Amino acid sequence: MDAHALHPATSTGIPNRKLAIWTFIGSECLFFASLISVYLVYKGKSLVGPYPSEIFEIPLVTVGTALLLFSSLFVVLALNGCEQGNRKKFLGWLAMTILCGFFFIGMQVYEFTHFFHEGLTMQKNLFGASFFTLTGFHGTHVTIGVIWLISIFIEGVRGHVPPAKALNFEMAALYWHFVDVVWIVIFPVVYLMNS
Amino acid sequence: MDSTAAAQAHEHNFPERAWEYVKIGLVLFVLTAMEVGAYEIAHREGVPLHDFMHTALIPVLIVLSGIKFALVALFYMHLKWDGPLLKGIFSFSLFLATFVILALLSLFIYEGKFSELIGPLAKVAGP
Repeated sequence: MDAHALHPATSTGIPNRKLAIWTFIGSECLFFASLISVYLVYKGKSLVGPYPSEIFEIPLVTVGTALLLFSSLFVVLALNGCEQGNRKKFLGWLAMTILCGFFFIGMQVYEFTHFFHEGLTMQKNLFGASFFTLTGFHGTHVTIGVIWLISIFIEGVRGHVPPAKALNFEMAALYWHFVDVVWIVIFPVVYLMNS
Repeated sequence: MDSTAAAQAHEHNFPERAWEYVKIGLVLFVLTAMEVGAYEIAHREGVPLHDFMHTALIPVLIVLSGIKFALVALFYMHLKWDGPLLKGIFSFSLFLATFVILALLSLFIYEGKFSELIGPLAKVAGP
């Protein structure tokens, strides 16, 4: 069955759900822009430590960043497999994406725990408040993305995501890419521009 | 070729697309390595290009992350092959997001200095 046959014609020529996810992504851009602005405005204004340069572990976060970037590649390969009707490729790459997502969340949980033991909390200073808010909201988005991808994986294993229903997966993939592009901004702004 | 025809042609070239995605992934990985490399050079005295990178780190990082952002949005999110409506929605959101960041930064960076900034202009425009 042709994928387009499942989606009724719309006045825009674009499936309504695809338009909706792009509009949602647009609103999320503003949400993260506000959080990034707050982080930048408060940057260097903490009166007490710990300060960013004292506690950041750049190698660890670089590994997390690379995993998130690779997960974006894996999810687009999984979508490619789904559209081809290649179930093995679809589920294999999707499983890799989910695994990368779990590693990224694990990295963030370790980092937050480490910072907490170093004395950095949301109440400690302006850096702690803005850092945990920004990266915490991003981590929440990653977690939601992983749950969404797991649900697609379960549906895929049951054989409920044929090429004609690839749009169901494409929406989750678009959300996952958005989470990735947000991290592409957060990584240099928060971790590399800290001096 | 119009955008619809380009999108349809793109949709049916599965193996070519997969290789394209892998190439983009490698470019993204290299760009990330360059970002971390620039950071390391800027923070280690005595290494070549330290002085330059110490000064130019922020513009270098902005350019590299901008390229990465564009590659993911255009190729992985398929905006390159999507119609003008989706491109417009995302571009407009990015424009607003950039405006919000710049407006808030300028507001707080020039906090308390607005009178100094507009003072000379007020004298020129005054009665």
